[in-house]
Amino acid sequence: MNNSKVVSSIKEAIQLAGLKDGMTISFHHHLRNGDYVLNMVMDAVADLGIKDLNVNASSVFDTHEPLIGHIKNHVVTGLEADYIGGVVGRAISHGVLDKPVTFRSHGGRPSDIEQGRSPIDVAFVAAPTSDTMGNCSGKYGKSACGSLGYAFADAMYAKKVIVITDNLVPYPLADFSISEIYVDYVVQVESIGNPAGIVSGTTKITRDPVGLVMAQYAAKVIEHSGLLKDGMSFQTGAGGASLAAAKYLKDIMLEKGIKGSYGLGGITSYMVDMLNAGCFEALLDVQCFDLGAVESIRTNPRHREVTASHYASPSVRSSAVDSLDVVILGATQIDTDFNVNVHTDSNGYIMGGSGGHSDTAAGAKMAMIIAPLTRARLSIVVDRVLTVSTPGSTIDVLVTQRGIAVNPRQQELKERLQKAGLPIVEIQDLKRIAEELTGTPKPIHLGDKVVANVLYRDGSLLDTIKSVD
Amino acid sequence: MEIKKAAVAGTMESSDVYVEIKPASDIAVQIESVVAQQFGEEIERVVRQVLEENGVKGAHVSLNDKGAVECVIRARVETAIRRGEGERDQ
Amino acid sequence: MRRSMLFMPGNNPGMLLNADILGADAVILDLEDAVSPAEKDAARILVHNAIKTLKYKCEVCVRINSIDTTFWKEDLDEILPLAPDLIMPPKISTAQDVLVVDAYMTELEKKHGMEVGTVKLIPLIETALGVENAYAIASSCPRVAAMLLGGEDLTADLQCKRTKEGKEIFYSRSRMVVAARAAGVDCYDTPFTDVNDDEGLREDAAFAKALGFTGKSSISPRHVADINRIFSPTQADIEYAQEVMETIRVAKEQGKGVVSLRGKMIDAPIVTRARQVLEMAKAMGVLIDE
Repeated sequence: MNNSKVVSSIKEAIQLAGLKDGMTISFHHHLRNGDYVLNMVMDAVADLGIKDLNVNASSVFDTHEPLIGHIKNHVVTGLEADYIGGVVGRAISHGVLDKPVTFRSHGGRPSDIEQGRSPIDVAFVAAPTSDTMGNCSGKYGKSACGSLGYAFADAMYAKKVIVITDNLVPYPLADFSISEIYVDYVVQVESIGNPAGIVSGTTKITRDPVGLVMAQYAAKVIEHSGLLKDGMSFQTGAGGASLAAAKYLKDIMLEKGIKGSYGLGGITSYMVDMLNAGCFEALLDVQCFDLGAVESIRTNPRHREVTASHYASPSVRSSAVDSLDVVILGATQIDTDFNVNVHTDSNGYIMGGSGGHSDTAAGAKMAMIIAPLTRARLSIVVDRVLTVSTPGSTIDVLVTQRGIAVNPRQQELKERLQKAGLPIVEIQDLKRIAEELTGTPKPIHLGDKVVANVLYRDGSLLDTIKSVD
Repeated sequence: MEIKKAAVAGTMESSDVYVEIKPASDIAVQIESVVAQQFGEEIERVVRQVLEENGVKGAHVSLNDKGAVECVIRARVETAIRRGEGERDQ
Repeated sequence: MRRSMLFMPGNNPGMLLNADILGADAVILDLEDAVSPAEKDAARILVHNAIKTLKYKCEVCVRINSIDTTFWKEDLDEILPLAPDLIMPPKISTAQDVLVVDAYMTELEKKHGMEVGTVKLIPLIETALGVENAYAIASSCPRVAAMLLGGEDLTADLQCKRTKEGKEIFYSRSRMVVAARAAGVDCYDTPFTDVNDDEGLREDAAFAKALGFTGKSSISPRHVADINRIFSPTQADIEYAQEVMETIRVAKEQGKGVVSLRGKMIDAPIVTRARQVLEMAKAMGVLIDE
């Protein structure tokens, strides 16, 4: 019996795993914009002359720009992701791939993997620490990223699993996240990522006064929603205004002595502060956004790593989003039916993706969008979003600096917020107010080619994204 | 009003517009904008209107627009015009 | 009726677009210290266009350049025809300074067919001489609606250090309040300049309120909510004022001359104060309807 799965190089692991033309490989994105692993693997694959691969990455960041070259060289002919940053997104929008990209949500992706709808041949797990048999964790090592939540479905369901680490430790790594029972090969490399990019700069509270006004409104909406009571669960994004809303919410919870149940999602040190201040009993963490979160998940037993399925899958017996009370989310556009676009920018270019947007909106009792009414002369509120990322039927409130709109199907919530003296307006009024300022934009011209299909969390087709000429 | 010298106004900050104006015998307007598709024609109409309101018969104007709303575009073009109608550069 | 007055730089389009949503009762669009000499023209044209086009929901005040510069008349040429609520001339030291500005404003109002006196003045008092002349300034002409104390320049002129505690401006603050009240105009306190010290801001604002200031200016939107809260009448103030008015009403009905409430005789100043509280509460939308 071999007592080590360590092989000498990524290339060797790829060959041993039997990767062939036309297969599907997968990646997870806990190293975010600091990730080296996807590029290293793709370069190795290209060197080996393997072509026509389908890449299923939980997210693609700007650091993965070399992927565009691999697409042009037909090493990669298919792409599936929950989020694609602006650099690769622009190339996709220009039609660099013949086949449309498949967009899923963070809950839909593991659901489809586990249900066999999205099979993976070889999964690559970027592990900040691994032992020689592949027990691995994100909590330790120079490239520590905390939770490995998105990698579990890949590790558990791929035909072959290769762990890539820059901190190889002797067997056994006691505090493992992903177990050796799923792992075929372990590769040690010099570095799996740039720590500066792993912990990105987005996790700072905004100093923008408009963002702070919106955050205050958001906290007041929660305060008066009827949901702010002992046992409340909460998720917020890592955008500046969303974090500021969490800070204001914390102040309110402490002042009123309210003890929530859990904080969910991508976790920042602001959520950790709330945990430590007694605002929550626990944090359920699918991904850490900053060093404070990494430190907390390593040391605090009440700060738990959860798998992407546990976080948000619609096909498991229950996931954490199902018990969620309040989620604060962003938007690039929202239409008068409350449909939200987080996939494409105002010119139609891909620059994002659902992530957990549609999952949490579907699960939460109150899903709140927080966004400035205008960005660079464009209204955030439009007649029809360019891309439906999250259906309006799952969105309850839109908070802007010039008023708060409540989805008409939430009449009781609307009355509560009105009673509390919050500036409640119709969403059509927000569009009118915005366009008084910006003027009426001419519709943009999009190409005919479908460059991406947006799948809803249940696997159904939610929308398609057209090319940009 | 006569544009006697080249002048600039505005900044490249978000929601602002950077305007350059040069003396010329005819009117020409060149626009680079983050919202060119949505507002390009509208921006050109406003620039020409401001030139006309100020009696400028000859000027080449170029804009680098970072999503400025109409009143900001008007202000910056007007500033450039007034700066350009000063004494000729030696 | 204003509690908070927020300074906003006059040459920043992004900030001007959202100037009115930051919670301040009035914004002070600044053409003076926030604008470099080379951009004075751009700022006044921008502020002109902003006031003309953006429908600000709050009061608008424009701080022009001081009368010892070459800019102030051009500032007024550009801004006054748009009839902002207030013009703030800085470094006002004498009643004569106010009259100089007033005369030019009158000239412009006539020229543009506006009613003379449409635009009010809020002189910025930030010199030792200005503090000494505060009453004369406040009562110099009907256009003066309020005064603002500028602590930073003032301490430089007093040749003392500006501290967070502000003991060095205590006399000036008191003198300003007395002068303003004597002249029957409002009086606004100097900004608290440490934008990261929320507790310090609250103490500073509460102290200004205790001295009798109408409200407080701010250079940070973050301070606005606290200032508004501190300068609003409290629920207890409002309830007491309502009780006073009710007691008076009943006494009148019954033909009683002298009445007392909570063991204290209600005299004219108490009634006046109660009226002020209720008016203020109504104006600020904090009066809860029964």
